[in-house]
Amino acid sequence: MLSTKFSKMTKEEIDRKWWEIGDFFRRNSLWMLMYCTGCCAIELPPAMTSAYDMERLGMGPMATPRQADVLLVTGYLSLKTLRRLIYTYEQMSEPKYVVGFGSCTINGGVYHDSHAVINQLNQYIPVDVYVAGCMPNTEAVMNGFVDLMDLIKSKKANGWKDYHERYDWYLANQKAALGEVRVHDEFHE
Amino acid sequence: MIYSIIFGVGVALFGFVLQTSIAGINRKVVARVQKRYGPRWYQEFLDIFKLLSKRSVTHGWIFDFGIIMALGGIIGTAMFMPITQDLIAFANYDNFFIFVYLIAVGSLGMAMSASGSGNPLASIGVMRALTTMLAYEVPFMIVVLTIIKITGTSSVTGIVQFQQLAGNNWFIIALPLGGIVGVMALMGMVGKKPFETYVAPAEIASGPMVEYGGKQLGMLFIMHEITVFIEVSLFVHLFLGGADNILIFIVKYFAVYTTINIISSVYARFKIDQVVMFFYKWPLIMAVTQAFVAIYLGWVI
Repeated sequence: MLSTKFSKMTKEEIDRKWWEIGDFFRRNSLWMLMYCTGCCAIELPPAMTSAYDMERLGMGPMATPRQADVLLVTGYLSLKTLRRLIYTYEQMSEPKYVVGFGSCTINGGVYHDSHAVINQLNQYIPVDVYVAGCMPNTEAVMNGFVDLMDLIKSKKANGWKDYHERYDWYLANQKAALGEVRVHDEFHE
Repeated sequence: MIYSIIFGVGVALFGFVLQTSIAGINRKVVARVQKRYGPRWYQEFLDIFKLLSKRSVTHGWIFDFGIIMALGGIIGTAMFMPITQDLIAFANYDNFFIFVYLIAVGSLGMAMSASGSGNPLASIGVMRALTTMLAYEVPFMIVVLTIIKITGTSSVTGIVQFQQLAGNNWFIIALPLGGIVGVMALMGMVGKKPFETYVAPAEIASGPMVEYGGKQLGMLFIMHEITVFIEVSLFVHLFLGGADNILIFIVKYFAVYTTINIISSVYARFKIDQVVMFFYKWPLIMAVTQAFVAIYLGWVI
């Protein structure tokens, strides 16, 4: 009975079922890579420690991009850090998600007219969830993580696929801001 | 023979499930120490299966092969582990030195694979892991050799039988100094807080694991859980008199792992030279004193 039910499923349906099972594990165990560029990073210690305790959602800090699932961009990005952010994002293993913190990643915030920072983060890497505020309070940060879990559940957290499909567009934006994305310096020989 | 091999793989699987569940419960225990609520008790399973469901990159075949060698070596070691006196896959092959030799296959595989990634932090982590091993092995081996001298056998079930025939005279009580050394060496083996130097997430970015992601990291996690199972059950058998049935084994195992976890949750990390100096100072003195007292003076409680 069970075997006939499975044999009727096409390969796409079986793949989709496996993907749904994987999504269950992925949304219940989100490991973060904290790219603490700006002042919004100060909201993460209360979210991690006993005040809000994000470990009960299965989240935790990780040491390297390879191990992490979520990239947290906490605040403004200068052009120098944007290049490192792109390296970091491309090193993460897929599926990967990005959460942008604060007004600075949405439209530049208080630094919108500075020559040294970028204004919209999602021109350069795909962002799944924004947490608005300058700075957002910790409830908003926790709410953003729960929103990300809901997006993964409803299969809408597809930023990493978008980065594959529209890579030319992202690369053009990155080049317009940075000139050359990959530079040879003493760290990346 | 076939039956023994299947049974041995079953022991390794039992060890994985047991250690992963108890590690999850222990994350809750540590969270309560820090006044947090803590994750679900099956969070460790979710983490491992999530890692296995992710895509990952490779850094060359030696990077992949080393992981498989480490996981296979550790499963091979766990196959020889007795759970109780009767529940053992390969009877008469549970010699203590078999575990000492075979557990090195796992460590060497991981060292090979980490070096294959080419990341300097991984090399530093592997070097620190080997240095830590050199530090805790010396006092631990002196205590275990004392136990082997007293019991006259190096078989793990033989040592368990000796303790039970002596009226549950566990070696952690009979050799009190040696028991303390055993707990400290176990914390070094399992990689708990004061001796966590070779992982050190904030310092060398989790050491040997720095380049792993996705499936390789998941296999490394499975390997780590089975390694901890082997080390903690060796402690249960050598120092706590083993177990008559599987329930007592689980209770003793849980007690040992929770104790070292609570101790480790209030400590900060040593530097690598502090680890070596620590193990070569007090545990070594205690171990040598214990060996002298127990073997030459014959004072065993």
